[in-house]
Formats: sequence, C-alpha cells, structure tokens
Amino acid sequence: MKTVRAFLVGVALIGLGLLLVGLRVNPYAYFAGYVVLQYVIIATAWNVLGGYAGYVNFGTPAFFALGAYTAIFLIEAFGAPLPVLILAGGLVAGLLGLGIGYLTLRLKGVFFSIATFALSVVLQTLIINWDYVGGAKGYTLIRPPAPFFGSWAILLFMVMVGLAVVTVLVARSVERSWIGRGLAALRDNEEAAECMGVPTLRLKLFATTLSGFFLGVAGAPFPYYVTYVEPSSAFDLNYAVNALAMPMIGGTTTWIGPVIGAVLLGTAQQVATVTISSELNLLIVGVVLVLFVVLAPEGIVGLVRRLRHR
Amino acid sequence: MASRIVVRDVDAGYGAVRVLHGVSIEVREGETVALLGTNGNGKSTLIKCIMGMLSPDAGEIYLESDGARIDLTKRSTEEIVELGIALVPEGRRLFPKLTVEENLLLGAYRTGARGDIDRNLPFCFETFPVLRERRRQLAGSMSGGEQQMLAVARALMSSPRILLVDEPSVGLAPILVNRVIGKIRELKERYHLTVLMAEQNFNQATKIADRGYIIVHGRIEFEGRSTQELRENELVKKYYLGV
Repeated sequence: MKTVRAFLVGVALIGLGLLLVGLRVNPYAYFAGYVVLQYVIIATAWNVLGGYAGYVNFGTPAFFALGAYTAIFLIEAFGAPLPVLILAGGLVAGLLGLGIGYLTLRLKGVFFSIATFALSVVLQTLIINWDYVGGAKGYTLIRPPAPFFGSWAILLFMVMVGLAVVTVLVARSVERSWIGRGLAALRDNEEAAECMGVPTLRLKLFATTLSGFFLGVAGAPFPYYVTYVEPSSAFDLNYAVNALAMPMIGGTTTWIGPVIGAVLLGTAQQVATVTISSELNLLIVGVVLVLFVVLAPEGIVGLVRRLRHR
Repeated sequence: MASRIVVRDVDAGYGAVRVLHGVSIEVREGETVALLGTNGNGKSTLIKCIMGMLSPDAGEIYLESDGARIDLTKRSTEEIVELGIALVPEGRRLFPKLTVEENLLLGAYRTGARGDIDRNLPFCFETFPVLRERRRQLAGSMSGGEQQMLAVARALMSSPRILLVDEPSVGLAPILVNRVIGKIRELKERYHLTVLMAEQNFNQATKIADRGYIIVHGRIEFEGRSTQELRENELVKKYYLGV
C-alpha cells in the first residue's frame, strides 16, 4: 500500500511540475529548477552506493560526464533523440559502475574513494584527447526547436521532474527491500554480513551499477541544457563535492535524506549564484558541510529523529 | 529430516601457516557437540571451513540430508546459509549501528527463512525478552551479554537445521556465560536443535554437550562419546583442570 502511495505522490509531483510549466513564471525559475532537480538525481544516485552501502564515491563527475559524453557521441553519430540519450547515458555509466565494482572489490574505505577519484581524472584525460566529442575545446550543440512546451528550458525542466521522481522512487524501493537491508548490513559490518549469508559481492556490484546508472541519467540531458560542453564543466569538482555533501546534510541512510539535502543546498546555491556570486557556491557547500559534520553527523533526518525521540 | 555434518580428514590453514591436520568430526541430528580446545588450536578455523569462509586444502566436508550428500567445500557462505546452517560468529559480529530488530531481520536473509519471520521474530523475543525491550535500540549500545544473546537470536532467525556457535563465552563475565549457555541448552532441549559449539570453557561446554571432541594443535586428540568420558580424560585433566 505504501508503495502505491509513494507512486501517487510521484505522479502528483509530476503534475505539480506541469502546473508550474503552465504558470509560465520567470524562465529563469525553470533554468534553476533544472539544476536543483539534477542534484536530486545525483545525490539520490550517489546515496545508493555511498549511503546505503557505505562506499564513498569521489568519482561522481566521471559517471555524470560519461552520461553527458555518451549523449554527445550519440547526437554526433546518429542524431539520437533525448529519451534514447538518457537511457544510453544511464546504461553506459551503469556499465562503468559495474566495472568499477569489479575492479575495486577488495578496496574498502578511503582506498575505494581514492580509486573512484582517480577514475574521474583518467576519464577526463581520455575525453580531452578525443576530438570526435569535442576534445579539449568542447562541443557545441545546436538545438532544434523544442518539440514540446515551446522552450527547451521548460521541456528539460519537465524531463528532470520525471527523472527525479523515477530515481527517488527506485531508491526508495531499494532501501525498503531485502537488497536495502543487505546493503545496510554491508555498510555496518561486511564480515558479519558474510556470516549471515548476505551476498555481499553481488549487492556491492548491484549498488555500483545502479548508482552509476542514475548518475549517467543525470548527465545525459546536460548537453541539451548547456548547449556547450567542455571537459572541465562536465567533470566539474562541484559534482563530486555536492554528490557527497547533499546526502550527508540530509542524512545518508534513508531515501529522503539526499532529496532534502539536494533541494536545500541546490536552492541555496542557485540563490547565491544570482544574489552574491557564482564563485561562492563551493564555499557555501564547504561551510554547511563542516557545520553538519560537527553538529548533526546524521544529517537533517537524523537530527529530526533525535529530537522526536527526546 | 535427518541431516548431519561430516568433516573428514580436513587440512586447512592460512597461507604458509597450517592450522588443521587431518581433522574428522561429525555432528548428527539433534546432538549438541562440543569442540573443545584452548586458544589457537584451530576451533574457529574448523568452523570457518564448515561455513565456506575458508576452503580446506584437503579432505571433505559435507552435509548429509535425507540420503543426499551436499559437498560444502565447493559452496559459498551464502549457499551454505541457504542450506540451513547458521553461525553465531566469534566475537558476535553484530551490526552495531543497526537496531536490534534490524539485526534480527538480517538473520533471516536466506530465502528459506524470510517467510518464517512472522513466527521466528516473536519466538526470539519470547526466548530473549530483553531483546524485545530493546528492539529499537542500536545493537552496539547493549552490554556484552545482551549482544551475545542477540547474536544467538539472529542465527535462530534463519530457521537453522544446524547451529554453529563459535566461542559464546568469549569476553563475558562468568555469570553471563552461565546465562548464555543456559539459553542455548533451553533452545536445544525445547526445539531439538543440532548444535556444534566451539568453546574453550570446558566446564560450561560440558554442561550442555552430549559429547565432544578435544582439538590440540590442529588435531583431534580425543573423542568423548559422553560428557562423562570427556571429564575423565587425561588430556582434559592436563589442559583444563590442571591436575
């Protein structure tokens, strides 16, 4: 029943998005909304591996950019439409996740994080040297007129609403399944999980794959959104930091944590970009993250839970 | 369902360190068998071999169940758990940051046990009332004795045919050891569990065992067909009773 209800809430949110589209507010709102929703997907996807399974991934930009560059490749080679780009971006990034899962099977803790960070650097170097997708000078996409809503900003905003709802619903159902339970065991005590017959290897591969898939999904519409993609923007450190900071701020053990973190931090960054300066974004993230690590290590969800139990 | 575990001529170790040398033991349906030995004699290594966490260099380990023989050396730990063999690991190995209830549910991870949760969870709470009181508490915040109870209860959640218990007395005050051992006896008597218990506390182990083996430096040095035989054995007198 609860699943049905969550599904209905998801549908309602999509409806709300459509309503927002109908209102035709200041176009910048859709533009900013896209970024916030993109972070909802990134944070939620990151959290499947980083929060549920406890494997901290510093290589978010690698997966995100792989989604974006898969899209660029498909646009360049076949002129593929957006839904194909999203699916393909997800699949390729998911495959990368699976591969990374296999490669880092024996790495735990900080060593896993370092490996994923290295992955991002390696992949960026490859892309810089691949001229077909623009290489170091970047890739410019000339968009055809938007097929719906008469504006790409609005269309992409709606696409992101849909993708965010799907991602969060999937993350939620994973959390509440036996897979989620097994991942929590993996996070808490991998050895003990093995003793209990939890298939730790398969679960870890599942988490790296699913997490990679949705990070790629988040990146696939990126070329359409910015119309000019260069390696330094697709592999931006911002993604690595935010992907980690948002779930930490919201709370990593539940599906709602990354959503709360992404909405709060994402919105704060958008507001700061307009009102103060776009350079200040990372500083804000840093300060907020430090505050949370010190004052509320279990994030907002943990804080609320603690207050309620008092 | 008649089932038994047979370990025959097993050699095992870690890298260059050889721990077990031609170990043979057997645990039959409904029995409680003690595996006695002081630290570093290979008790845990043998348990790990049975659970598929360490693969033996030689010998065979199999589960006989209704005439069928299942080779355990070729199976992963998950598969062995699926067969209905549950482990209460040494040092408890709980999930400290999960609640008591979440720990118990993880005990029921094997597919065969998921359907039994509605029956097994109340059973565990009834057997260990303290766990019901603390079901929402983090496992790591409980006392050592309560944690050991939880480790036993978690293993029971998998509806095991055979329960392996590795050193339940380690790190516990004597009075708590008594209580834990008492619980295992109660379970065994009421539910005819098959138990293999590795233990260095001779007196406690012989309270509940039907029979036992004494393992010294990786070899089974004595097989006692009853606790009486164990108590009267010279090795036991030498190693445990200080006679």
